[in-house]
Amino acid sequence: MAAEHAPNASEYIVHHLTHLNSLGHKQAALVDWSVFHLDTLFWSISLGLLAVLILARAAAKATSGVPGRFQAAVEILVEMVESQSKSIVHGDRSFIAPLALTVFVWIFLMNAMDLLPLDALPNIWSWMFGVAGHDPHHAYLRVVPTADLNATLGMSLGVLILCLYYSVKIKGFGGWMHELFTAPFGSHPLLYPINFAMQMIEFVAKTVSHGMRLFGNMYAGELIFMLIALMGAAWAGTAGSGLLWLGGVVAGTIWAIFHILIITLQAFIFMMLTLVYIGQAHESH
Amino acid sequence: MNLNATLFAQLVVFLILAWFTMKFVWPPIMKALDERAGKIADGLAAADKAKTDLAHAEKKASDELRKARESAAEFRSGAERQVAQLIEDARAEGARIVNAAREAAEAEAAAASQRAKEALREHVAVLAVAGAERILRKEINAQAHAELLTQLKSEL
Repeated sequence: MAAEHAPNASEYIVHHLTHLNSLGHKQAALVDWSVFHLDTLFWSISLGLLAVLILARAAAKATSGVPGRFQAAVEILVEMVESQSKSIVHGDRSFIAPLALTVFVWIFLMNAMDLLPLDALPNIWSWMFGVAGHDPHHAYLRVVPTADLNATLGMSLGVLILCLYYSVKIKGFGGWMHELFTAPFGSHPLLYPINFAMQMIEFVAKTVSHGMRLFGNMYAGELIFMLIALMGAAWAGTAGSGLLWLGGVVAGTIWAIFHILIITLQAFIFMMLTLVYIGQAHESH
Repeated sequence: MNLNATLFAQLVVFLILAWFTMKFVWPPIMKALDERAGKIADGLAAADKAKTDLAHAEKKASDELRKARESAAEFRSGAERQVAQLIEDARAEGARIVNAAREAAEAEAAAASQRAKEALREHVAVLAVAGAERILRKEINAQAHAELLTQLKSEL
């Protein structure tokens, strides 16, 4: 944060909601395909590597004998994903089940960044930024990749691409086309455009809601952590500010505990919807 | 909220991570799980087999025991029969010996009484001759009267 003057509430939140991007300042246009969010990429790739390396470590040491605690924990996870994918996707799951496992573990880790102290990593970053000779005021950093719409829509877009791939793979291109024009209302030339429009709406709605659901939950959760942090920051030595500070501690504790449920649930929901959408691609109407 | 190229980067990372998991994480874990399931199934089957084997062995053992008991009883009754036979034989032998001894004793006693009678006859004949000598106060020719004496002896 600023050394000279403490930011007001609005400045604090805006600073926290600004991404570290390849521009160095806040992106002006709503959509700009030339810009990267460096913080989102750094944290999501790091956590993704952490996730797959943890899993790979468990896989490398996996034995069919008596499992250790770490192995048993990973196995519980794998069995959970395996049984879910088995009940939802009927067909070859050699890619889909590992995909679901990756989705769950990765998103859980990215969501879990929300549980770190809100200012910890941004402050370290702004210190590093200052040491490197830049203005620490412009050291932006957001540590929860899933609170970035680009990340969640990127993943839901990946799921959409897999849905299309499996639709063609399972039903054949002709079969899939036939389904696009005849489902859900039936095979009649007059109904073709309506069916096709419905299918397109369904694909868009699925993909957008898939990405938006995770983003919305994590963004809202992050925002509430910021508001709670503002309560704690109100400490000024007076009785009223002391009460606010106490409220910040209590609310922060409650929200963090509740958030443990949310981050797990959202990761699980994203995984389940991934399986459901890909499972739908396996079934003909 | 801004949309930008992060979206596509995230999409690519997503697919790469899923591919990595498919390639290096999922197969070894599933293999271990399946192998363990197989081991457990084998173990259960072996336990079942051991149970039936045990039942078989128990049945066999009780059969053997029963057989042994039967043959022991057979041996015992055979031995008892043999002992009874031996006792019977011994008793018969004893009775035979006793009878033989009694017969021998009786025969000996008869012979002895016969000998005594003979001796007595000799003596009676001598006494009679001596008595007759004395009564007759005369010498009697022993040869002349031998026939008479023999007749007298036989009458005794």
